[in-house]
Amino acid sequence: MDAIKELEREQLRSDVPKIAPGDTVRVSVKVVEGNRERIQVFEGTVMRMRGGGLNQQITVRRIASGVGVERTFMVHAPRIEKIEVVRHGVARRAQLYFLRDRVGKSATLRERR
Amino acid sequence: MPAGLIGRKLGMTRVFGDDGTVVPVSVIQATPNSVTRLRTPERDGYAALQVGAGSARRVSKPVAGQFKELAKDLQKPAAVREFRVDTLDGYEVGQALDVSLFEPGDLVDVTGFSKGHGFTGTVARHNFQRGPKTHGSDNYRKPGSIGAGTTPGRVFKGTRMGGHMGDERVTVKKLKVVRVDAERNLILVRGAVPGARNGLLLVQKAK
Repeated sequence: MDAIKELEREQLRSDVPKIAPGDTVRVSVKVVEGNRERIQVFEGTVMRMRGGGLNQQITVRRIASGVGVERTFMVHAPRIEKIEVVRHGVARRAQLYFLRDRVGKSATLRERR
Repeated sequence: MPAGLIGRKLGMTRVFGDDGTVVPVSVIQATPNSVTRLRTPERDGYAALQVGAGSARRVSKPVAGQFKELAKDLQKPAAVREFRVDTLDGYEVGQALDVSLFEPGDLVDVTGFSKGHGFTGTVARHNFQRGPKTHGSDNYRKPGSIGAGTTPGRVFKGTRMGGHMGDERVTVKKLKVVRVDAERNLILVRGAVPGARNGLLLVQKAK
């Protein structure tokens, strides 16, 4: 079992900030289009976090041109250029599914200080 | 056909590929094996390597007798298996075989013993449908009808029923080698391999 833990540890990124549900994050992902590689930025609220260690995933929700979009990222994937925390929001639960039923101001969370 | 290795299943994890894909891998540990005997066509009728792996604290006298002419550290192998080879050229008794036998991208066949499930019913063992859970049903997981009536008046041989499941020799073919770690004697293979953690596995190049 130890060898597996080692393998996983080697793949962990060291540049991942502390993220919590409710935070607003900006995730920069490397995208390949044809033979060109560019960086796509996805900014939104962390709606839930799953898994731990190498398997850590975050689901980020944002409203893009009037439509709610949720994307799930593997936090330690090499395809992710960087993750920045823009704002810490106050969340009183771990899964913020209620955000799906809200639009506009009611979908924003109070800022934590 | 080149020789194979005796290894141990450590478990599964995931590895990120260069193109950003996530690859599920089984981790197999194969501490260097050693050739303990050559099976020659002249004497045995076939060409094979007898390979030993690990070291047991005690081995029975008949087993010890077979290996008493080997180097001291090879005298008590924990596991001994044979691998058929096309030719014995280049192999000799005492030679070490390690994970460098394989390279990333190779296809391998992995043999092991599946997890034992004990006595299981037809639902688990043969994917039969279960009966209704409600509406007065008492047929939750029963096998149902196992044949016709007076004609033929018996149950056909081979009718699938409950019984022991698992703990059989299973070979998973053509698994891709994702990574070979010579330092830690690890082989990372894409996909699942038979058996529980710490189970004995035979890894061979796919035919």
